[in-house]
Amino acid sequence: MDDALLLHRLHFAFTITYHYLFPQLTMGLAPLIVFFKTLFIWKGEERYNRAAFFLGKIFAIAFIFGVVTGIPMEFQFGTNWARFSRAVGGVIGQTLAMEGVFAFFLESAVLGVFLFGERKVGQRLHWLSSVLLFLGTWLSGYFIVATNAWMQHPVGYEQVGDGKFQLTSFWSLIFNPWAIYQYMHNMGGAFVTGSFAVAALGAFFLLSKKNVDFGKLFLRTGVVAALLGSVWMLFPSGDFQAKMVAKHQPITLAAMEGVFKTENGVGIVLVGQPNVHEQRIDNPIIVPNALSFMTYQRWDAELKGLDAYPKEDHPDNIALLYYAYHIMVGLGTIFIAIMIVAALQLWRGKLFGSNLLLWVLMLAFPLPFIANTAGWMTSELGRQPWLVYGLVRTTGGFSSTVSAGNALFTLLGFMGIYTLLSILYLFLMYRVIDNAGKYLAEEGE
Amino acid sequence: METIWFAIVALMITAYVVLDGFDLGAGAIHFFVGKNSKERAGVLQAIGPVWDGNEVWLLAAGGTLYFAFPVLYSSAFSGFYLPLMIVLWLLIFRGIGIELRHQMDHPMWHSFWDFAFSVSSILLTIFFGAALGNVIRGVPLNADGYFFEPLWTDWRVGTQNGILDWYTVLTGVVSLTALSLHGASYLAVKTEDGMNERARKCVGISWYFLVAFTALSLIATVYARPQVLNNYRDYPIGWLVPAVVVGALAAIKYFHSKKSDKPMFISSAAYLVGMLVGAVFAVYPNVLPASTGDEYSLTIHNAAAGSYGLGVGLVWWIIGITIAVTYFVLLYRAFGGKIDLGSEH
Repeated sequence: MDDALLLHRLHFAFTITYHYLFPQLTMGLAPLIVFFKTLFIWKGEERYNRAAFFLGKIFAIAFIFGVVTGIPMEFQFGTNWARFSRAVGGVIGQTLAMEGVFAFFLESAVLGVFLFGERKVGQRLHWLSSVLLFLGTWLSGYFIVATNAWMQHPVGYEQVGDGKFQLTSFWSLIFNPWAIYQYMHNMGGAFVTGSFAVAALGAFFLLSKKNVDFGKLFLRTGVVAALLGSVWMLFPSGDFQAKMVAKHQPITLAAMEGVFKTENGVGIVLVGQPNVHEQRIDNPIIVPNALSFMTYQRWDAELKGLDAYPKEDHPDNIALLYYAYHIMVGLGTIFIAIMIVAALQLWRGKLFGSNLLLWVLMLAFPLPFIANTAGWMTSELGRQPWLVYGLVRTTGGFSSTVSAGNALFTLLGFMGIYTLLSILYLFLMYRVIDNAGKYLAEEGE
Repeated sequence: METIWFAIVALMITAYVVLDGFDLGAGAIHFFVGKNSKERAGVLQAIGPVWDGNEVWLLAAGGTLYFAFPVLYSSAFSGFYLPLMIVLWLLIFRGIGIELRHQMDHPMWHSFWDFAFSVSSILLTIFFGAALGNVIRGVPLNADGYFFEPLWTDWRVGTQNGILDWYTVLTGVVSLTALSLHGASYLAVKTEDGMNERARKCVGISWYFLVAFTALSLIATVYARPQVLNNYRDYPIGWLVPAVVVGALAAIKYFHSKKSDKPMFISSAAYLVGMLVGAVFAVYPNVLPASTGDEYSLTIHNAAAGSYGLGVGLVWWIIGITIAVTYFVLLYRAFGGKIDLGSEH
């Protein structure tokens, strides 16, 4: 692989992966903040307002980091992927520009009101600001997903001279079916991150015997939300997403499931290591015929393996794609299992006394971040070797005027700065959680 | 249609410079106006609720540029690779500096973020000015419409340009001076007593520099790229723009002596608008002139997206920007008036 190409890919992959650690938390927390704020308006109990205020503190920090790490993303389309941007900017520029005009202005305007304006604007408007913040973050998510969806499954375009693409149907771009299914799945993922975080905070409060009442409130809310979210990720959203991949990117499906050979009645690989050289899975544990059934609802259906497609159209990192997908699905299954047990114990009134389960819930909060990251890796590695599926190859998209040396220089720069940001972020989060008692106290701010 | 989008992108960039310009400028004179930690918190309090919204104009302008002129976007962003990356790093430091300072009550924490905020603001104003200078002077575009500029070469204006040469350094200094004045007049509006006096003093001093640098930069522009006069020759109405600049400079001085801060701030905004419109008028219909020969220049015609996309874009852009302007009016109203030192949030 060309050095410059590899570095530009790493540059984008590194900065986007890091960036998305923050929005998935803010997008996941936003509906829960609205939930608490609404309960407060409805029931008039101050503790719900305190809960919303405290989660707002966490939201605010994650939001700042999301904003400052998000700005580089919009620039990188041009700085590192100039030939790609020149070819398709007339199409995906639409959704990216709309994100700025519709979502960013909204978010920046209401964030200040939500964080600092509670006494100034009154409770009704403050509630409205939380709803608009939720709307802004989720709208932003849609425009990004729609942009990515066009790269996965291009619609509503025409090809004009010298490799450029033009938009021919605005509504096809906005309501790309791929975008709708991907959005359902992606936002579910963010919601899982947010609800696991709330449950983990609750577990932490109970285990440390601080803010116990809030701990119980967070656990009840977090566990129920996380159970709904985790199930949603499997069905219907995960199922829809998988069917889209099977229909439009069958090569990707074969690679992520580790199916090298075309066969009837293909099994699903639970564990095993892809051996790309020998075209097989080493040490496999397989559920026979399951993949055929899940894809085509027939146990003996023929499923095309990688061998059915030309080699130059295979994803260029099959092993990593396979692992990313399996980590996502594996963690998703674990999430459902944890939350079924937790919800059952909650229902039986035994959750708050079960130290073991509380420890599990507390320590589980990083896992959704990993699952979401693995999910996006599946999506992006699966799209290879294309930037725009079937239309623009990755090899033809990076900025040919930006040398490998310059790309490495800025990649290292970002790594250094993001290391610093990580330290600051963890430090500030620790302080907010450490001061939870102050924020949750009735008199508060 | 292309001309409309050219005007829209220019409008958004102008909005960015006028709005984010005052909080960048406030950062540049942070230590001059804020003599102790409490007053420096006051500077941040003055820009706190609005800076993020102001910066969104940069993102929205960038996004709009991407969709309306993809060829320009891809060419300029890859060609200005290094300075843009440095701008991104500075924006990161500045953003967290503003937002994290008040998260902890410790003198060292405050000192560190004050310093990060001020230095990144100063460097950003210089980089933005130099960027504009690059666009006016022209860049070494090749036949494919790409270029790559190192940070500097021999500091001369020629065909082997670096980002920084004597001309773009000059435009960077003009930008630093103009935005410092702009930020100072904003702070004068937002503060009282000692801070107000120092902010006003800052306007008074930087005014003389601004007059000198503006004159110098205009002469230098004609020297570095004589073609900038073409449009002024063909459409003499364009001379109104430099007249606005001169008028705005005079108005700043007048309102400064009258101690009316708000009109002073508005005059400073008018100066920035005049300078930008003047530059845009000189460049049109080019969007990125080539220093390697006019035939390589990117124009509104060869850099624009398809007409269908531009047409639909116009519909949602008008809707979206109307809503956005409404937010801004409400936001500035809600956080209007002088700041109250010490009542941080």
